[in-house]
Amino acid sequence: MSRRARLALFGIAACGLAALLLWSITGLPKFGDYHGAYGKILDKAAPRERQTSNVVAAVVFDYRGFDTMGEELILFAAVMGVAMLLREPREEEAPVPEDPVRSDALRAFGVSFAGATLVLGLWIVAHGYVTPGGGFQGGVILAAAFLLVWLAGSYRSYRRLTPVPIVELGEGTGAGGYVVIGLCALLIGDAFLQNLLPYGVAGKLSSGGSIPLLNWASGLEVTAAFVLLFNEFLSERAVLIDPTRRPS
Amino acid sequence: MSYLPFVLAAWIFLVGIFGIVRSRHFIHLVVSLSLTQSSTYVLLLSIGYVKHGGAPIFKDVPLGTKAVDPVVQALTLTDIVVSVTVAALLLAVAIEAKKHAKTMNPDELRPVRG
Repeated sequence: MSRRARLALFGIAACGLAALLLWSITGLPKFGDYHGAYGKILDKAAPRERQTSNVVAAVVFDYRGFDTMGEELILFAAVMGVAMLLREPREEEAPVPEDPVRSDALRAFGVSFAGATLVLGLWIVAHGYVTPGGGFQGGVILAAAFLLVWLAGSYRSYRRLTPVPIVELGEGTGAGGYVVIGLCALLIGDAFLQNLLPYGVAGKLSSGGSIPLLNWASGLEVTAAFVLLFNEFLSERAVLIDPTRRPS
Repeated sequence: MSYLPFVLAAWIFLVGIFGIVRSRHFIHLVVSLSLTQSSTYVLLLSIGYVKHGGAPIFKDVPLGTKAVDPVVQALTLTDIVVSVTVAALLLAVAIEAKKHAKTMNPDELRPVRG
């Protein structure tokens, strides 16, 4: 199909879709006028029932914890897929190219910023079920701290900081750990992923029962998954910029 | 005015699909797809919004304070994770396409023969 015909066809279809979307919007409750029962119940119940002040975290790691396990395994499978796609044709590791950042100011800023980002990420994960944050959000920030080392330092120091076997171990432990915590509940006779630890007092780091454990498991999984993704894509780049080993 | 956020979500969705349809570059296509997916975040979050409601986080806030819906926020989190994994996989496929077909233009790809 020619480009013009395709765009024309899209124009007609988009007009129809836009009309349908607008029609469906008129059937929605007005903005700010939401009457979903579950959210209201959870807003009242979660802080008391699970001693978790962040209700979103309680939904993610407790009430809907089984879904989150699926979500983690999606991430795990996708990262494995990327690794398999990109590693197979790359027969041997390209020699690590020298590409250090030459500006001292940028290096100093980047390295200190990487440290601060690392602390921020850990803080976001650690307090995820008390204040806004959580394993997923903090994990992405933690991975960004590692990426900063490449951006402001060099590819070589990034690779030295993130050895693939250790990152892979972290990813496996994060994903597997979540499942194992769920299975522990089965072992003591509860339902899968049932919250089995004492709940503590809301607002404290020790609150929430199993939620902190699941939170840290997903934080580890997300950090390692993203670092592994960066590794794979940066290895591709290393092959491309290495003058002696251009891929055929 | 009271429907504006929903209309915005629909608009982002359509603009994203438009970007995919007229794309001439795989990276552009992946970014367009991410944009399309981000319309669902806007839709979910605006559906769960409660007028004058705070965040569903009750640290230093008395229990029973009006708050927005936590369930759709958790769903948005899942949504973002799925969107990132799809983008990562598609970018990996784009690298492979560049290696094998020597092009980043979806129009120039020949049909795959088995």
